[in-house]
Amino acid sequence: MTPDAVAALTRSGFSRRGFLKTSGALIVGFSIADRIAEAQGPGGAGGPSPGSPPINQVDSWIAIAADGSVTAYSGKEELGQGISTAQTQLVAEELSVPFHRVTLIYCDTAMTPDQAYTSGSQSHPANFNHGNLAQAGATAREALFKMASQQLGVPVDQLTAADGTISAKGDPSKTITYGQLVGGKKFNLTLDPKAKRKPPSEWTILGTPAQRPDIPEIVTGQFEFVHNVRVPGMLHGRVVRPPAAGATVMNVDEGSVAGMPGLVKVVVKKNFVGVVAEKPWQALQAAEKLKVTWTPGSGLANNGDFYDQLRNQKPTRDVLLTDSKDVEQKLGQAAAVVKATYQHPFQAHGSMGSSCAVADVQGDKATIWSPTQGVWYQRSTAAMVLGLKPENVRVIFRRGSGCYGLNAADTVTYDAALLSQAAGKPVRVQLTRKDELTSENYGNAFLMDERAGLDAQGNIIAWDHEAWSPTLGNRPGPGTPGNVITGSLVGFQPEAFTPRSPAPEPRGFNNNSNGIPSYAAALFDGVPKGAGKVRSARVLVHNIPSPFFTGPLRSPARFQNTFAHESFMDELASHAKADPVEYRLRHLSNERVIDVLKAAAKAANWDARPSPEPGMRKRGLATGRGVACVAYEGDNGYTGIVTEVEVDQDSGKIAVKRVFVAIDAGPISNPDGLKNQAEGGALQGMSRALLEEVTWDNQKVTSIDWRTYHTLPLGFPVPQLECVLLNRPNEEATGAGETAITVIAAAIGNAVFDATGARLRQIPFTPERVKAALSSRA
Amino acid sequence: MSLLTLKVNGKTHNVDVDPATPLLYVLSDDLELRGPKFGCGLGQCGACTVILKGAAVRSCITPVKAAVGSEITTLEGLGTPEKPHPIQQAFINEQAAQCGFCVNGVILTAKAFLDKHPQASEAEIQQALSGVLCRCFTHVRMYQAIQKYAKAVAR
Repeated sequence: MTPDAVAALTRSGFSRRGFLKTSGALIVGFSIADRIAEAQGPGGAGGPSPGSPPINQVDSWIAIAADGSVTAYSGKEELGQGISTAQTQLVAEELSVPFHRVTLIYCDTAMTPDQAYTSGSQSHPANFNHGNLAQAGATAREALFKMASQQLGVPVDQLTAADGTISAKGDPSKTITYGQLVGGKKFNLTLDPKAKRKPPSEWTILGTPAQRPDIPEIVTGQFEFVHNVRVPGMLHGRVVRPPAAGATVMNVDEGSVAGMPGLVKVVVKKNFVGVVAEKPWQALQAAEKLKVTWTPGSGLANNGDFYDQLRNQKPTRDVLLTDSKDVEQKLGQAAAVVKATYQHPFQAHGSMGSSCAVADVQGDKATIWSPTQGVWYQRSTAAMVLGLKPENVRVIFRRGSGCYGLNAADTVTYDAALLSQAAGKPVRVQLTRKDELTSENYGNAFLMDERAGLDAQGNIIAWDHEAWSPTLGNRPGPGTPGNVITGSLVGFQPEAFTPRSPAPEPRGFNNNSNGIPSYAAALFDGVPKGAGKVRSARVLVHNIPSPFFTGPLRSPARFQNTFAHESFMDELASHAKADPVEYRLRHLSNERVIDVLKAAAKAANWDARPSPEPGMRKRGLATGRGVACVAYEGDNGYTGIVTEVEVDQDSGKIAVKRVFVAIDAGPISNPDGLKNQAEGGALQGMSRALLEEVTWDNQKVTSIDWRTYHTLPLGFPVPQLECVLLNRPNEEATGAGETAITVIAAAIGNAVFDATGARLRQIPFTPERVKAALSSRA
Repeated sequence: MSLLTLKVNGKTHNVDVDPATPLLYVLSDDLELRGPKFGCGLGQCGACTVILKGAAVRSCITPVKAAVGSEITTLEGLGTPEKPHPIQQAFINEQAAQCGFCVNGVILTAKAFLDKHPQASEAEIQQALSGVLCRCFTHVRMYQAIQKYAKAVAR
């Protein structure tokens, strides 16, 4: 960073006073000028962005003030998933200070390390194992002990720490506080990979339920969401999106809004159109009245035969995840071959609050308050959109409405930045409900063919999975703002689609998408890497261009693939006349999946027998139970689930009565936080399984509000929900937020089969589809 | 623009706004309150809920002129982090939030309903919340909090 840039950042609000005002927290330890100097650390390909505090330095993560208070800096942010509470517990635990003495600051490009995105159940593994925040804590703790040893003249192994004070064991007169040791000074230490983490057996803060410090402010209306950020002189913007897919601007008639009260500016940049006004209501009215002439657009293919189009669309980009090369041969030898096809629609993140951001672009500098999941990538791409140097852009995370992945957070940030740049004043933009639901990056649609060969005993001898999924765009960072709508409207291209068929051989085991079923052995160089015993397997995925922008939606691809795998496993168990739990156990080798499956079955008092239920009724109400499990991403979390449903066979309605979730995320950091994630994940997945689907006509998306995009409201009969948390203190920390949601759709479908003998292979399980499945029963 | 007087959380405010402006914008932008939130602008989700004349109303579709002369209560008007209202305390006790964006609508809708129907059954409370959304699906904890508060109210 140049001295000019440092001065610019300081001017653009990077002052102690500005920081206090915007973050509500006091930076301690050393001066902000020092932090800026540190922010000149190296970046580089694959590593942190240029300008990030160096991730291998303790001072990038932890600072201790003279009064002993601790400030921790993290690149993993609070989205509502509870990770900030767990990270605070982690730092308090490693440093032996009370929870309330730690202030956690996360995701501000002016002061926190670049840890890429907060996404994909990666925060727990990234910061709670042997690097980053956890290792910074352990390194700092060992350094404090060494300093105390010198000061007190007592060997390190004769010292103990509590409440931010180190004292000699057995001699309470010899004590020294952290503040006395390092207060206000830097550690000047590289993270020591050998520094010992505090073992879970000694934990007093981690591993016990911690209350979230943000909840009292939330429930009393004091909490500052990004929607509540107010900057002096701030104006309000609204965007005018293309009314149909592919439509481009022909003409904008500024006269149509001339003289409207409060209107400041009409902004047009290629196909990006917006208005800026003094008040939000004025901006909304001007945006509605502004006369824009658009081209008719490219049109959309019929919604009705969408899945047939996916199967036949060319060209494709093919990915092979595993291939034992003998699948066709084994299928040919099988006593029986079972086939089924599963369908999953585009789904919206559908954030409760439409996305919002505030930007203040002044000349060649910008300060941006954004709910983005990646502040550093938002910085580099916002700089591209604005034509500024990235080092002149500061992005400060502020919590938005829960995002569950790539909602419109990044795109609305570009909206605010563009409008602020045009107006020369700070601008806040909040999208309308329709803009939120039509300009986000949808969770991917999937078409999935499953085939399996069974031997004479019904055991699986081969498994073939072939999937088709349309994609366009993705997360924008570090250099692809065209991956979201606003970037593309101002002329940036989305990530290029490069056809490739046939797929190259897989280079190693990567089950990030859960394309490989948990029951496959997935041998690489003769070594089984999968969680199961089926040695013959092939998994082939065809990506094709999508008509809509797509991106990660909570458990991306994993939700879809696991729906297919776990429903199909149930079909195979039924074919083999086996109990669905026993049948799964027969084909699993990974003891962590086995344990969560057994724990869920035990909690549910599982009725072991084949499905469907003997003597099931073909009319009226029918009840049944279903099971599913997963080794999430292969090895990043484990969940087993059992659901009990009641199906009204006359109306086709499914009522989920009870849900039992067993979850293993390694050593449990905050049991209550883990439980909250499992509960919310299960019910959110239930909403996706039963109701959620993006719809369109031949021009445009038609699911534009809560009457056309359906979700389970608070008023639906909530099932009884029980969580079993399996603590694994000797394992690595794994993901926790996306496992329960991954398995519930199949568990509901399997329970419906158990109750009725009807198999649901298309999400969402609407009453019409349930009735169709019921009427096509054997 | 018109000069209007609003009574919000026991205080009087004079605002100069277009009388057709939805009440939500006046509360969140002119008065800078953080409780009521824009979720849909269509009265479909509940994020903007305030209590007006004792009833939970959707401030995103209520013109500000309709609120003149009536007492308006927002989430801030119930209690503070230091001294929360019992229903807010119940949400803290149950840790009944994830992102927290919907909490305003959930608490105010439940409170306004229980104020009028202190003996309401679980099914009736559920019915009262039928038009409120929570996309993090913190339903289990929210109902636990509301039921505990309802039991205390009924006693």
